[in-house]
Amino acid sequence: MNRYIKPMRLYGRLHPMRKSQRQNSPSVLAIIVCALVLAGTSLPMESRASESAEINSLKQQLEQTQALLRQIQQRLSRLEQHQADKPSTVATTKTDAPPSPARPQPVRPVMPQYTAQAPQPAQASAPSPSGTASANAFNPQLSAVLNGSYMAFSQPPSGFAIPGFPVSDAAGLGKRGFGINESELDLASNIDNLFYGSLTVSLAPEGGANVEEAFLQTLTAPFGMTLKAGRFFSGIGYLNQFHSHHDDFIDRPLPNRAFLNTQFGDDGVQLRWLAPTDTFLELGGEIFSGRAFPGAGGTLRGQGTWDAFINVGGDIGYSQSWKAGLSYLHARSVARNAFDAAGNTVGNFSGNSRLLLASLVWKWAPNGNPVNQNFRFQSEFFYRHERGLFGTVTPVSSYLGRQFGWYAEGVYQFKPAWRIGLRHSELFANNSGAAVTFGSILDTGGHRPRRDSVVLGYNNSEFSRIRLQGSRDATQNKVDYQMGLQYVMLLGAHGAHQF
Amino acid sequence: MKLHKRMMIFTLMLGAAMTGFVASAWADVRIFACEPEWAALATEIGAGDVSIYTATNALQDPHHIQARPSLIARMRRADLVIATGAQLEIGWLPVLLRQSANPAVQPGQAGYLAAADYVHKLEVPTSVDRAQGDIHPGGNPHIQTAPNNIAIVAGVLLQRLQQIDPEHADAYQARYNNFMGRWNTAMTRWQQQAAPLHGVRLLVYHKGWAYMIRWLGMVEAGTLEPVPGVPPTTSHLSNLLAKLKQQPVAMIVYAAYQDSRAAEWLADRAHIAAVKLPFTVGGTDAAIDLFGLYNDTIHRMLAAAGSKQP
Repeated sequence: MNRYIKPMRLYGRLHPMRKSQRQNSPSVLAIIVCALVLAGTSLPMESRASESAEINSLKQQLEQTQALLRQIQQRLSRLEQHQADKPSTVATTKTDAPPSPARPQPVRPVMPQYTAQAPQPAQASAPSPSGTASANAFNPQLSAVLNGSYMAFSQPPSGFAIPGFPVSDAAGLGKRGFGINESELDLASNIDNLFYGSLTVSLAPEGGANVEEAFLQTLTAPFGMTLKAGRFFSGIGYLNQFHSHHDDFIDRPLPNRAFLNTQFGDDGVQLRWLAPTDTFLELGGEIFSGRAFPGAGGTLRGQGTWDAFINVGGDIGYSQSWKAGLSYLHARSVARNAFDAAGNTVGNFSGNSRLLLASLVWKWAPNGNPVNQNFRFQSEFFYRHERGLFGTVTPVSSYLGRQFGWYAEGVYQFKPAWRIGLRHSELFANNSGAAVTFGSILDTGGHRPRRDSVVLGYNNSEFSRIRLQGSRDATQNKVDYQMGLQYVMLLGAHGAHQF
Repeated sequence: MKLHKRMMIFTLMLGAAMTGFVASAWADVRIFACEPEWAALATEIGAGDVSIYTATNALQDPHHIQARPSLIARMRRADLVIATGAQLEIGWLPVLLRQSANPAVQPGQAGYLAAADYVHKLEVPTSVDRAQGDIHPGGNPHIQTAPNNIAIVAGVLLQRLQQIDPEHADAYQARYNNFMGRWNTAMTRWQQQAAPLHGVRLLVYHKGWAYMIRWLGMVEAGTLEPVPGVPPTTSHLSNLLAKLKQQPVAMIVYAAYQDSRAAEWLADRAHIAAVKLPFTVGGTDAAIDLFGLYNDTIHRMLAAAGSKQP
């Protein structure tokens, strides 16, 4: 959800196509804020001096009532205790706990008659969930993510670039010192029996809101199909579809930043099919508008990017599980800008961009119980083939890019709440064509960008995470030593995690 | 040309989906049981008319299961999902339900059974604040620790099986009757056996035993977790130890899936017993089925209470 690693990423600021969306966003924000206020607060009554005596007498009455209630409750719990001591039999339906004012009325199950042979009428909807939360049951899950950090760099982050790679606006690592990163608001809910919907709005520290994800998804499509539509993060690869507050590292791997502008998402549709087999096998395809990197310009009448992916997965015994995938992403770009760390345009590309992506994740937890200890290994390989025209201001010269990248990381939770992780990322570019001139951003200068990180994470609960990360960043010739301390806090609804 | 490529992919996927649909015609009712106790109950009532996949085992914490690909694949073809509900599985079941693309088992359908919806829940919080830990707004979800809850869920499960598979309705009814006969006898026996546990004070690792404690008339004197879902800390255990000197307890109980070290540390210093309880079917060697689960639970607690409270 959150994009703490790239305060630069604001579609509206840099992509002309996103400007309109961004201008709309304050009203979206206003609606959310209103909803929050309505859901969470009861408006305090205005009190005046003349009414204070009346209020006092009301307070006294209330206290008396409360005392009475306490007495009743005590009596009832004694009674309940007494009842619980007796052997309870189920053949009679009257042994349910007596209704108490403090608890909701228990929903009495429609008990089948002990001797009745006739099947009961359909009752799936008859007994309904009990509980005090039922009044809010129809409200969407609401959550917010807070995220702030302290970052130290030995080289000025304003000089960030990846030699040989024309990168977009979100590939950099942010600023020095203290800062909050994008805060996030998330609403998700089943819309009705057919659809699930989710909205994620990120709020940039300098102001402005950005619709990060806004999609619906079918719940009951036939034949194991699922259709998703709207704006969402693509299902290609492994890491891409995760909101970054699930991550164990402060930043995304170097190839994700170079090839996918950290995280690839766009407006479009996705169709997935889950095979009816005991081994997990999933096929999927997506068509996008083609406005987001690596596409640009909304080519092919706004269907400029498409991809396809296949994922397989399973368990090995109780303790191990795995998932592997292969994805192909095809984008047709017109006038795709490349940026430096300050947001200046330093390149312009028109042509076809193809990306092949292989991913593997393997997890270990003793007996499948990850609470005390667990380990995850994850690796992805990227190969990109770009052909077209490239120039600093307008695409004029021929360009053929064959670029390769990979990362591998392992994260070990050695005791509850504590984990340590290691990651290595590497890129390699083989660019050719008239556009590759000495000193241009397509010129690697014979350098292979790489980066190593070690992270120590502390999660007090599922909702609060603090992490300390050290990195040796050899993305450019001069090695940059970096240190980051970050918190990620989740307020509100308990989100379920994907594998 | 590009359009053709895309159309081809989607047609291929559709074709594959059709084949899958035809291939998935099975005879028996496929049950996806989120916890072993519901798998055991489904075995009692469904027997040969159902095939059961158990998503978790007794050594796993049902709050913290990863939504593994294998679980998604199994749910894809399930006819009935039996969950505990009351937000016990909130960290993983919603993902499985959404990803499984199985209309039959979505909440509200006959193929989705959340057991806790049908029992009277304890410890329903009047206010919900995360400072109290990872609490469940719907009440304590660990309903399988009292046998009368099992009996209630058995009735609901019978109805669901009869609804999904009317052809075998009589067989389900007969097995239910048989099970309930044995279960009622066993409940009376357990009640008598556990009489010495009445009024016995105990510490628990997690608030996982509320239904059992109430059923047997025991007294919960505290939890090893400082707040639900947060692992025991040294300072909290020291506080508990100091408290135990004033108000002793007979035993500390923890579930098979929980780390025994905190319970043993405290038990050693307080000179009481740390008792591992099965918590669900398969948690101990003796807990081979639902009857074994309660037999062993009571047996272990009686042993601990007997040795420490002469």
